[in-house]
Amino acid sequence: MSLLSYLINGISLGSVYAIIALGYTMVYGIARMLNFAHGDVIMVGGYVALTVVLSYSTNPLVAVLVAIVVCTVLGIVIERVAYRPLRGAASPLAVLITAIGVSYLLQNVVLLIFGPNPKSFQSVVPFPDLKLAGGTLNISAETIVTIASCIVIMIALTTFINKTKAGQAMLAVSEDKGAAQLMGINVNGTIALTFAIGSGLAAIAGVLLCSSYPSLSPYTGSMPGIKAFVAAVFGGIGSIPGAMIGGIVLGVIEILSKAYISSQLADAIVFAVLIVVLLVKPTGLLGKKIQEKV
Amino acid sequence: MCGMNKKKKLRSNLITYGMVIAAFAIVQILQSTGHLSSLLQGLLVPICVYVILAVSLNLVVGISGELSLGHAGFMCVGAFAGAIFTKCTQEAITIDLLRFVLAILVAALAAAVFGILIGIPVLRLKGDYLAIVTLAFGEIIKNVINVFYIGKDANGFHFSLKDQFSLGMEPDGKVILGGPQGITGISKQSTFLIGVILILITLFIVLNLIDSRDGRAIMSIRDNRIAAESIGINITKYKLMAFTVSAALAGVAGALYSHNLATLQASKFNFNTSILALVFVVLGGIGNIRGSVIAAVILTALPELLRGLADYRMLIYSIVLIVMMLFNWAPKALEWRERYLGRFFKKSAKEGE
Amino acid sequence: MSVMLEVNNLGISFGGLRAVNNFNVSIEKGQLYGLIGPNGAGKTTIFNLLTGVYKPDTGSVVLDGQDITGKKTIEISKAGIARTFQNIRLFKDLSVLDNVKAGLHNHHAYSTLAGILRLPAYHRVEKEMNERAMELLKVFDLDSEAETLASNLPYGKQRRLEIARAMATDPKLLLLDEPAAGMNPNETQELMDMIRFVRDHFDMTILLIEHDMKLVAGICEELSVLNFGEILAQGATSDVLNDPQVITAYLGE
Repeated sequence: MSLLSYLINGISLGSVYAIIALGYTMVYGIARMLNFAHGDVIMVGGYVALTVVLSYSTNPLVAVLVAIVVCTVLGIVIERVAYRPLRGAASPLAVLITAIGVSYLLQNVVLLIFGPNPKSFQSVVPFPDLKLAGGTLNISAETIVTIASCIVIMIALTTFINKTKAGQAMLAVSEDKGAAQLMGINVNGTIALTFAIGSGLAAIAGVLLCSSYPSLSPYTGSMPGIKAFVAAVFGGIGSIPGAMIGGIVLGVIEILSKAYISSQLADAIVFAVLIVVLLVKPTGLLGKKIQEKV
Repeated sequence: MCGMNKKKKLRSNLITYGMVIAAFAIVQILQSTGHLSSLLQGLLVPICVYVILAVSLNLVVGISGELSLGHAGFMCVGAFAGAIFTKCTQEAITIDLLRFVLAILVAALAAAVFGILIGIPVLRLKGDYLAIVTLAFGEIIKNVINVFYIGKDANGFHFSLKDQFSLGMEPDGKVILGGPQGITGISKQSTFLIGVILILITLFIVLNLIDSRDGRAIMSIRDNRIAAESIGINITKYKLMAFTVSAALAGVAGALYSHNLATLQASKFNFNTSILALVFVVLGGIGNIRGSVIAAVILTALPELLRGLADYRMLIYSIVLIVMMLFNWAPKALEWRERYLGRFFKKSAKEGE
Repeated sequence: MSVMLEVNNLGISFGGLRAVNNFNVSIEKGQLYGLIGPNGAGKTTIFNLLTGVYKPDTGSVVLDGQDITGKKTIEISKAGIARTFQNIRLFKDLSVLDNVKAGLHNHHAYSTLAGILRLPAYHRVEKEMNERAMELLKVFDLDSEAETLASNLPYGKQRRLEIARAMATDPKLLLLDEPAAGMNPNETQELMDMIRFVRDHFDMTILLIEHDMKLVAGICEELSVLNFGEILAQGATSDVLNDPQVITAYLGE
C-alpha cells in the first residue's frame, strides 16, 4: 500500500510541477527565453491567496481568483517593463540576467512586506480526505484537487491553442516571429498573452503547492521553479504534453527517491535522471529535433 | 579584444594587470593609514574569489560561447578538495604557505578532472540544453558532497554516504568531512595578497590563452561552428579545453574561498552562486575579461556598501541590476545612448574590450 | 593530366526523399568545374557530402588518389578540401587577419603551454602565421583591412575573405558555393577574374556552384547539371549549355 500512496503523492507533486512547467514551456516556445522569475510568481500567488483568506474573505475560490488576477497582471507588467525592451538584444543572455533581476526583486518586495519568517498556509481545499481500502490508503483532498486541476488545465490549454485564433497565433509566433508579423499577427500582443496565461497558471500552482506543503516564505518559489524548468526541458521544452509528462515523471521520481533512497539525495537523483534523458535524447522526451542548415 | 593589432592587445592586457596592481596598492595604503573599515577588510578575499570566478566563467560564456549555469559546482569541488588536502596534511607539511599552494593546485586539478568528466558528455548538447545540464551537474555536486562523510584514523581513510557513525572508525579517528556540517577547523590561509596574486595568475592564463592559436580556435567555434569544422578545427577538443581550464580556475577560486572560512558547507555553492558569477560576466561584458573583473568587484562590494540601507539593500540591488541590463542591452537604450552620449560611450566601449 | 576528384555513384536520402542519386564526376587537376541546376536540385547537398557534413548512403569519393568516403569534416579538411558557404560563414567577431590565421590552424602549431607561457615557439610560429596570413590577404586585396572585424567588412569583401580563409588551409580542391550570390555585375566580373587568378596563382582545382550563367559560361571549363538530385547533363561548358534538356529544365516547358 505504501508504494501506491507514494505514487499518488508523486503524481500530485508532479501535477504542480507540470502546471508551473506549462508556463515555462509556453514562454520559452514563444519568446525563446528562460524566465527565471516564473518560480517567484508562484510565490506571489501564494502570498496573495493567503492575504485574501486571512483578511478579506474566507471563500477559497475568491482567494484563488484574486491570486490569478494579480499574477496575470504581474506577468504582463514584467513582460512589458523588463523583457520586451530587450527583444532583439545582441545576446540572449541579456534577458536571462534581467529575469534573474526580476526574481530577486519579487523576492525582496515580498520580504519587505511579509518579513522573512515562513507563514503557515491554510489549505484552500474545503473537502475531507478520501480513505480507501478500509482506511489503509489515505488520499488527501489536496492531492485529488491538484491532480484534477492539472488535468482540467491541460485539456483547456490544448483546446485553447488548437481551437482559438489567439492560440493559433501563439503557434505561429513560436514557429517564426517575422513571418507571423507579416501575416498580420500582433506579435507583442501574443507574447504578452502568453506571459499572462503562464503567470495565471503559476498562481494556481502556487495555491495548490502551498495547500499541500503549507509553509510559505519569499523563497518558496525558487526550487519548485527550477524543478519545473527541469521538467519542461525533460519533456522537451516548447512542448505542452512534454511539460505535463515531464512534471509528473519528475514528481514521482522525487517522492520515490525520498521514500526509498535518501531524502537528501532526492534532488540529485532528479537531476541525474534529467542528464541521462538529455544525453540519450538531446531535445527531451517530446522535443522536436532541430538541425542546423548548412 | 579581437579587432586589435598585437601592440594594442598587449597594451590592453597591461592595463588590466595594472588596474589590479593599482587597486592592491590603494587598498594597502588605505589599510596602513587605517582608512579601511573592518567591513571592507572582510570583503577583500571574497572579492578576489569572485573576480577569479567571474573571469573563469567568462572563458566559457564569452570566449567559448556556451552558457554554463553550474559554475558553482566546480568552485565547490575546488573548495572541498583544497580544504580536505589541508586538513589531511596539517601534520605532514609544516610550512603553511607550501601547504596552501599545494592545496590550491590540488583544488585546480580536482576541478579540472570534474570539468573533463562533465564536459565530455555535456558539450555535445547545445544552447539552453547545455545550460540546464550544467545547472543539473552543479546541483548534483552540491547535494552529493552534502551527504558525504570522510573520516581518518590509524587504519587510514573511511568513507560513508550515511552518517558519521557508519564510518566505522577507531575511537581516535577524526571526521574530516561531515556531511551537511561540512568541514570545520580549516586553517585560515587566504590573504588579500595571495588573492591578488591568484587573480594575476588567472588573468595571465586566460588572456594569453585567448590571444593564442588555441584561443583563436575556441573563438572561431563560438562564431561559427560549421565554418570552424570546415577548416579542420577539432570542435570537441577546443570546447573541452575552454571548459576544463575554466573549471580548474573556478576550483582555485573555491580553494581561496574555503581557506578564508572557519567552516565550509556545500549548501553555499548553490544555483544562486552560479547565477551571481553569470551576472558578473554579463554586466561586465560578455567576452570582456577586464569588464568581468570590474563587475565582480563592484557587485560584490555593492550589497555590503548598501548595508546602511538595511532591509532595502537587496531590493535596490535587484533594481540596479534590472536597470543596468536594460541600459546596457536594450536596442532602444543603445540607440538613445548613441544619439546623446554618442562618442564618449562608443570610445570607452571599444577601449574596454 | 591526372584526376583530382573522382566521385562514383554518390547518393543520400533524407527520410523518404532521395536528395542526391547516382552522382558521378571526375575533375582533373587544375580544372575549373561548374555545378549548376535549379534551386533544390541537390547542389549544396553534394558539397555537404564531399566535405563530410553528411555521410553518403552510397558511392565513393576519392581525392587525389585517397579514399575519403564517409570521413569526418575535419579529416576531409586535412586531406585537402576547403569550401565556402552559400550564406557567408565568417568568424564575425574575429579580425580579418585572425579569420585567415584560424585557417592556418593545422599547418602552424605550438602547444597550449607555449601559448600561455609565451615560450619562444609561440613567438616564432605566430610570426610565421602573421606573415603567411598577410601574404594571402594581399593576394585577395584585403591586406589594408587586416585589423577590421570580419562583420564590419562590406559584403563583397566578406566573400573574398571566406575564400582567403579556405585557401589558408592549403587545399588541393576548393569548393565555392554560389560565390557571386548577391553581387552586382561589376563585382561579379571582379570575382571571375579573382577565381581565375586563384586557379592560376595557386595551381588550384576548383568546383563551384553558381546560378549566374555569365560567370559559369565565362570561367568554367566543364559543367554538371543537376535536376531533382540526378545528373541531367555533363561535359564541356558550351555543349552542356546548348543541350535542349538543360534549357527545358531551366526555362520550363
